[in-house]
Amino acid sequence: MIYGASAVYYRELLILRRRLTRLIPSWCVSPLLYLIAFGFAMGKHVTLDGHTYMEFLLPGLIAMTSMTQAFAISSEINIARFYWNIFEEIQAAPVSDISYVAGEVLAGMTRAFLAILVVLVLGLLFGVVLSLNPWFWLAILLNSFLFASLAVGIAMLVKSHADQSLMTSFVITPMAFLGGTFFPLENFPVWAQKIIYFLPLTHASTAIRTAAFGNRPSFVSLMILAVGGTLLFCISVWCVKKAKD
Amino acid sequence: MIRIENLNKTYKTIQALKDVNLEVNKGELFAFLGPNGAGKTTTIRILTGLTRLSSGTVSLNGFDVGNRSVESRRQCGLVPQSINLDRELSVFENLTIHGKLFRMDRQERNKRIDELLDYVEMGDRKETLVKNLSGGLKRRLMIARALLHSPSILFLDEPTVGLDAAIRRKIWALIRKIQQHGTTIFLTTHYIEEAEFLADRVAFLDKGSIVIVDTPRALMNRMGTWALDRLKEDDMETLYFNDRKEVNDYIAAHKDSFTLRRVNLEDAFLALTGKKVK
Ligand SMILES: Nc1ncnc2c1ncn2[C@@H]1O[C@H](COP(=O)(O)OP(=O)(O)OP(=O)(O)O)[C@@H](O)[C@H]1O
Ligand SMILES: [Mg+2]
Repeated sequence: MIYGASAVYYRELLILRRRLTRLIPSWCVSPLLYLIAFGFAMGKHVTLDGHTYMEFLLPGLIAMTSMTQAFAISSEINIARFYWNIFEEIQAAPVSDISYVAGEVLAGMTRAFLAILVVLVLGLLFGVVLSLNPWFWLAILLNSFLFASLAVGIAMLVKSHADQSLMTSFVITPMAFLGGTFFPLENFPVWAQKIIYFLPLTHASTAIRTAAFGNRPSFVSLMILAVGGTLLFCISVWCVKKAKD
Repeated sequence: MIRIENLNKTYKTIQALKDVNLEVNKGELFAFLGPNGAGKTTTIRILTGLTRLSSGTVSLNGFDVGNRSVESRRQCGLVPQSINLDRELSVFENLTIHGKLFRMDRQERNKRIDELLDYVEMGDRKETLVKNLSGGLKRRLMIARALLHSPSILFLDEPTVGLDAAIRRKIWALIRKIQQHGTTIFLTTHYIEEAEFLADRVAFLDKGSIVIVDTPRALMNRMGTWALDRLKEDDMETLYFNDRKEVNDYIAAHKDSFTLRRVNLEDAFLALTGKKVK
């Protein structure tokens, strides 16, 4: 299993390395816009739980970035599958479905991790310093694991590249706006809070934010991410099995 | 050795393969010939474990393919019909990934990559990005990649489609060379001359069924030795003869203009299926 997964991971790393010079600027764009638009607009006057809005926003952006970048492997897998037929090359090799999923998920997590480093540097430029403790990294790890696992499953289910972008606009974009990225959950009406509670990103952003402010995140949130991620990982393995005609 | 017994494949409503039975011997170069949509790719995909079969059994060197066994996948190398290389990566990187997928260790892998690049005459292209290679070189790279893990059976799905005549001949020579090293080769093509030139045996596949399996020589001998083409108003008629004297007598007795040539595999194919390939 380790061999197969590392071969799949190695391939994604080579591609990532080739694209890094283009990816890094693209990782900057949306966090930068949000920091400028919301961060400056709200200014120093708005404080949430004793933090400036900028300090509140940055952990949310980190949660969002780890989600979108981990999920981005979904469209990479799709392009490789539908346009370049690379999926066949891996399927014809003695690599088990679980190794394949593990390799791709690891690649998604790596991509998320690199993008977060970029966001952290941007935050520093805006004068925001977070506490980068182990809880912070654990929450990011679990969040990117969950969304990378979701990404592989979805990549197997969709039938074309157009469906893929549909998935992003129906699943990822709403989650980015509702999952506690920009506003505290307490500001939503109670019925909406109940729904939002079920979004994995909500737990990720609360956990990441809590950790970034130097506190210990809720055990329940971390567990939800871990269990959800494991579940999605298993579903993805099943989806890969089903992807053959 | 490849063994196919009572193989059937249905995609939802389309029956792509009907009761296919076939045995390919070790070291043989076997050609699967058939028009578009005959089921050639489907057969290869089933043999390499990429597509599930609907019923029947398929084995490679005695290893059952049905359950996607690791052993059966190690037996074979595959050059698929459409290019499936990583365009953004270099020749060397593409080969390295394949070697890792097949669990070759670094030393063995790098040695074999150098050997194979020389073998397909691409030694100077090691660092070239795949997107900058010509069509013929991409094919050759795909062949090298399929051979990297030293498979005993090589599957080639239309290896020369879309290539010019000179490059095609180069690939034919390469395929011959691979067979001489003891590899069993199973290739599909819709170019009849490719099968005639390369194959020890050919199978004609039509609408998912095997029409006949034999050596190219035996198939051509069924027709005779000489073929006489005569242009009629809207079609061409071909007459077959066993010896030259009969031909001369026939021409002498008729006033039309004829073209005389040797019988080829296409004649056999037309007679068997009543239609043209391609
Ligand atoms: N994934 C699929 N889903 C549904 N039908 C399919 C699928 N793949 C192939 N078919 C159908 O099965 C039949 C055989 O197709 P196949 O690709 O095996 O033919 P082929 O002999 O390789 O043709 P070609 O010379 O065009 O490559 C065709 O009718 C094709 O439409
Ligand atoms: Mg085909």
